[in-house]
Amino acid sequence: MTAPVIEVRDLRKTYGTGDTAVHALRGLDLTVARGDYLAIMGASGSGKSTLLNILGCLDVPTSGRYLLDGIDTVEFGEAQLGILRNRKIGFVFQSFNLIPRTSALANVELPLVYAGVRRAERRARAMAALRLVGLDDRAHHRPNELSGGQQQRVAIARALVTAPAIVLADEPTGNLDTRSSQDVMGILDALNASGRTVVLITHEDDVAAHAHRVVRVVDGHIAQGVPA
Amino acid sequence: MRFTEVLAFAVRGVTANKLRSSLTTLGIMIGVASVILLIAVGNGASQSVQQSIAGLGTNVLTISPQRAQAGSSTKPLTTADAKALADPVEAPAVKSASPVASTSATAAHADVSYSISQFIGTDPAYFSTTNSAVAQGALFTADDLAQGRKVVVIGATVATQLFPSSSPVGQAVLVNNIPFTVVGVLATKGSSGLQDADDTAVAPLSTVQNALTGYGSLSQIVVQATSADTISAAQAQVTTILDGRHKIGFGATADYRVLSQEQLLTARTATTDTFTVLLASVAAISLLVGGIGVTNIMLVTVTERIREIGIRKAVGARRGAILGQFLLEATMLSLFGGLLGVAAGFIGARFTIAGITPVIVPSSVLLAFAVSALIGLFFGSYPASRAARLRPIEALRHE
Ligand SMILES: Nc1ncnc2c1ncn2[C@@H]1O[C@H](COP(=O)(O)OP(=O)(O)OP(=O)(O)O)[C@@H](O)[C@H]1O
Ligand SMILES: [Mg+2]
Repeated sequence: MTAPVIEVRDLRKTYGTGDTAVHALRGLDLTVARGDYLAIMGASGSGKSTLLNILGCLDVPTSGRYLLDGIDTVEFGEAQLGILRNRKIGFVFQSFNLIPRTSALANVELPLVYAGVRRAERRARAMAALRLVGLDDRAHHRPNELSGGQQQRVAIARALVTAPAIVLADEPTGNLDTRSSQDVMGILDALNASGRTVVLITHEDDVAAHAHRVVRVVDGHIAQGVPA
Repeated sequence: MRFTEVLAFAVRGVTANKLRSSLTTLGIMIGVASVILLIAVGNGASQSVQQSIAGLGTNVLTISPQRAQAGSSTKPLTTADAKALADPVEAPAVKSASPVASTSATAAHADVSYSISQFIGTDPAYFSTTNSAVAQGALFTADDLAQGRKVVVIGATVATQLFPSSSPVGQAVLVNNIPFTVVGVLATKGSSGLQDADDTAVAPLSTVQNALTGYGSLSQIVVQATSADTISAAQAQVTTILDGRHKIGFGATADYRVLSQEQLLTARTATTDTFTVLLASVAAISLLVGGIGVTNIMLVTVTERIREIGIRKAVGARRGAILGQFLLEATMLSLFGGLLGVAAGFIGARFTIAGITPVIVPSSVLLAFAVSALIGLFFGSYPASRAARLRPIEALRHE
């Protein structure tokens, strides 16, 4: 096995201070190998989203080390973190987080714009990503003109359009029905099959069954590893 | 990431919510336009006062009665005073001295009645002294004055009020129920800022005193010096003659006042300056209120879009790109609103407002534009720059 793509050591995250401080992560360790397909499960409020946000470089830990491709992320400045989020990581939010009043195509193009990709290539790649999630016929619809499942697929298209090495998904099927869930999981399976590292959070066992490996977060710790 | 892409985001941001953008633009526009217009009105008023006073000529002295100090008696200004001032030996610098008795009067013709704010009784020299030209008919003559004929020369405003469709010359009017014949109409002089110089009628002094005012004190004596250069000599001669006639001792306060046009100008300019300052402060307040409105909309806009900023950061936008976008959006709205405001100000200034022709002050255009643009820029970009500094997850969680 090659060096792990994600390695987390004694990760702690505390929200607030003093009496009202919430210890969301309390010394969590986790290693994810390249090409792994990992499902994170656990009770509500156990710290799953907090962990995934840190893995996605959207948030910083209070203490502990997060090595991405062997490099400690505390060494990265704001600009480098931006580049990481742009090129290396694709993040799928539970609440989609599409820009309102902006077409699906423009939303998918967004990371490419910030990556400096030229217009024509950008358009082609965004259309290809939308085709992959089966929404090329909805490219010019705005988020409020799409169903929840379609919005989630647009969000996935946006996460994979830059061809990132890592795809992180926070309850990607949380708001979807069985049919849409199967669509979304099919896309994630395909991404993993093409060599991407996929980490997802879920509450559903049949979704977790798609992953190679399941970990449980209990009170800010990893409770047990269950090899698939 | 190139400038054109940031620009494209900014354009999309501005056009995405058209109502909000137009409200911002409108706020800036109203602020800018009102400042430009109000200052232009104040400026226009003071200019027209200056012009109308300058139009009287620079070689004119106005003598009016004033209350003497308590204890000493106040003598009225009389026709004899005017005659004495016109003496070529005693007052060589005086070309003419016209006694003026003025009152307000109601004139009627057919079914129309109109109240004339200045009904003046004087002599024919008054017309040349005050640069009044005749537009129709003729002025009254020395003979009319001597005979006390009931003839009248009316101003342009009076003419249009009483004779909307016919020519006034030769027609009869009833002034306070006394019949007069209109012999001429004066050429228009325009408004002198706060009063209409054409709202007047001029008749022989003898007639006016006999029929309307009685033989009390004159309202004024209007003196014309032989030239603009002899005006101070004339003023000295007038003072000497009147002091003698009114028995004003050395150092005592006279019961009359001599004002040159220059002094009149200074006094009137001071009044209109106050007026301009008043308007300017109203304008400043409206700019402030407009500025607060813009600030409010800009703050709401940015706050509402902190989530969007979070999304953009989450997919890899640099702080500079986000800042650039919001700065450009604010610039576009401010510039557009500012330009519209300047245009509205210029268009508004083409109309006569409350009898005043506005005259735009260039520095007010610059000031209004700069202030509103800066307000828009600052409040459009400062909150955005703070939001751009947040961690993506903080921005995304923002309610
Ligand atoms: N911004 C925040 N400020 C304060 N406390 C927070 C914040 N975000 C999360 N928490 C707290 O941290 C703990 C972990 O939250 P987290 O969102 O990671 O839970 P989760 O495992 O994702 O739960 P769920 O399954 O319901 O999504 C919770 O107790 C939550 O209340
Ligand atoms: Mg969660």
